[in-house]
Amino acid sequence: MTASEPRFEATLDPDALESLLARIDPDGVDFDGLRLEPAGGGEYDLVTPETTRRAVSPADLADAEPPVPAYLTNWRYWQDVGGEGTARRAFLRWCERAPRPEPETETETTPRDDREPLPVPERYAALEDGIDREWGQLRITPRLADDPETASGERVYDLTHRVDAGRDPADLEIQDEPRDARRIATEDGDGRYRPLKTAPTLVSGWAFVGLSGAELVETVDTFYPATIANWHRELRGDLDVDHWRETADRQTGMYADVADLPRETVEWMAEACCVDSQCLKRREWEYAPDDELEVEGGDGPFPCREPCSLVVAAARTWTDLEQEPERTYELELTPSEVRQLEALIDAVAEGRTDEIREADVADGANRYRARYLRAKRFDEDGLDVREVSTAETDGESGE
Amino acid sequence: MQALVVAAHGSHLNPDASDPAYAHADAVRERGAFDEVREAFWKEEPHFREVLRTLESDEVFVVPLFISEGYFTERVIPRELRLEGWEPDLWDSDGTSATHATLEAEDVGKTVHYCGPVGTHDAMTDVIVRRAESVTGDPEVGEGFGLAVVGHGTERNENSAKAIEYHADRVRDRERFDEVRALFMDEEPEVDDVTDYFESRDVVLVPLFVADGYHTREDIPEDVGLTDDYRRGWDVPADVDGHRVWYAGAVGTEGLLADVLLERAIDAGADVDVDIDAAVDPDSTAEGAGTPPESEPESGKERTLEAGGGET
Repeated sequence: MTASEPRFEATLDPDALESLLARIDPDGVDFDGLRLEPAGGGEYDLVTPETTRRAVSPADLADAEPPVPAYLTNWRYWQDVGGEGTARRAFLRWCERAPRPEPETETETTPRDDREPLPVPERYAALEDGIDREWGQLRITPRLADDPETASGERVYDLTHRVDAGRDPADLEIQDEPRDARRIATEDGDGRYRPLKTAPTLVSGWAFVGLSGAELVETVDTFYPATIANWHRELRGDLDVDHWRETADRQTGMYADVADLPRETVEWMAEACCVDSQCLKRREWEYAPDDELEVEGGDGPFPCREPCSLVVAAARTWTDLEQEPERTYELELTPSEVRQLEALIDAVAEGRTDEIREADVADGANRYRARYLRAKRFDEDGLDVREVSTAETDGESGE
Repeated sequence: MQALVVAAHGSHLNPDASDPAYAHADAVRERGAFDEVREAFWKEEPHFREVLRTLESDEVFVVPLFISEGYFTERVIPRELRLEGWEPDLWDSDGTSATHATLEAEDVGKTVHYCGPVGTHDAMTDVIVRRAESVTGDPEVGEGFGLAVVGHGTERNENSAKAIEYHADRVRDRERFDEVRALFMDEEPEVDDVTDYFESRDVVLVPLFVADGYHTREDIPEDVGLTDDYRRGWDVPADVDGHRVWYAGAVGTEGLLADVLLERAIDAGADVDVDIDAAVDPDSTAEGAGTPPESEPESGKERTLEAGGGET
């Protein structure tokens, strides 16, 4: 095979084709644009969008002109993938922009693929260089296998961080097996533990090369557990969303109290934790089935079907904190110091304290500015404030 | 197809908490006993809630990587897995005798064989003994030695202490060690006074915990007197009041525990064709059955002594 010769001209060997044909059902094959119908005498009628040929022998099929070999090897590959109706198969087909079956129940919320499906000849042409897809921070690239022995439609899959798209593979750390994803996913770039797998803090600089379809699914499921399964459920219209109230009411033990969290607090919590800058899942849960939260759910390709364990654990803390009544305090600050408090909170909330330069004292969240404010406004008990009112709800006597 | 799910606690704060779950699941994977093997967690992902939908198998064996029957195994895990019709009585257990119950998971329509925790399986006794062999570097350890099985105690539920006592009794019945005691962190007899309970000069301390964390890396070493400051580590063995105390670290990190996962699944009807070292029959393991332990004793000083998550 030369570089100028499209790889999809690789043909199936006639024996392999014959054994495949022996397994097709009596109605023939109808798959991705390929129709093969038994015509008697061991021959077949062949129909593709480009070609119609009657009564072809398996040997002639194996020798047929392009793009017939592409249709045949495509059919063979997906026969090998198997798993009709599984999330694994649907995901692998999504990876190479293959047409998907019509959703059983299509609703206005059934997600659309942002890329058009590709018919087999176009798909094969694209698979020669690889088709890039993004899944959270992952970039998945299915391509036709390099090995001429297995080139008859066999796909392999490369997987990197999406920011490494343009990098020379030689600069990336090549991984050996799917479970290596576990180590990569454990810590962020600063060495901090990532308890939320779909946080947008996946480190880059690594590559999985030439994975099989099953290995790809295992690796993606290690980076982003259950995202493929839930995406597939959403595609089929049977994503089972548990809204905040259902999840909260289900909790017991130390988390039973989260059911007491006020509704507006759930709104703030979703804004704090469940937006794209904090989590790549697209929040599909609301306060209750008929009571939507105002904050946007995000744009991720895979859905979040219920508040995760981190949100439930954080909710417990807010449940405790929100039981405190509000009070009015008096303290002295200059207008710039008020702005500085805002800058400090913003810097922490956006996780940008590490980016503030040592000597950039113009930034209110600069360390020296913070230390100065502390020196000026704190006494030994902390911030120098005076309470000027006690909320009526504070104490037994309040009505 | 059949799948094994290892159901563990995990942690939001400490990445090491899930190490045993991954290590034992990997060991089962490598033996090819199941079509699919998954870890699932209360505090990590995949969550108990979503693990079953990641499987293609119709038949799933779920084994809790927990020490005792109690809140997590009886309430949290079955609820989160959506096991239809679950109630603890289905285990028909006296607190340490749960084997399994077969139910259907509502959201995925799969058959789930919900097994008792690893900690109460009879084969766990072998893991405790193996731990003593590993830490002393002596596959024949027993004569002249005392062994203490150490547990949390009653803080969460009475079954916690039952599991500790159950295995201490079983080790004692083998008459391999000169003395065997169950000791606890928060009830009598307390592990703090370990040397009061043993006449043997050498005492092996095996904490019946799933993962190393705050209790096994900080509390127990300091309370027992292995060290004044856990951050400086401790000797194995350590001299405490004229005794030599061999501190083994959490039993859940012992490689043989993977066999207990398999035993649990086999007891629940899994069609598994592999050799298993940890055996239910004490006679078959009393003398060096299975692979020999590493010859080098572990050293507390060489460990990374990070603070545990404190959540488990």
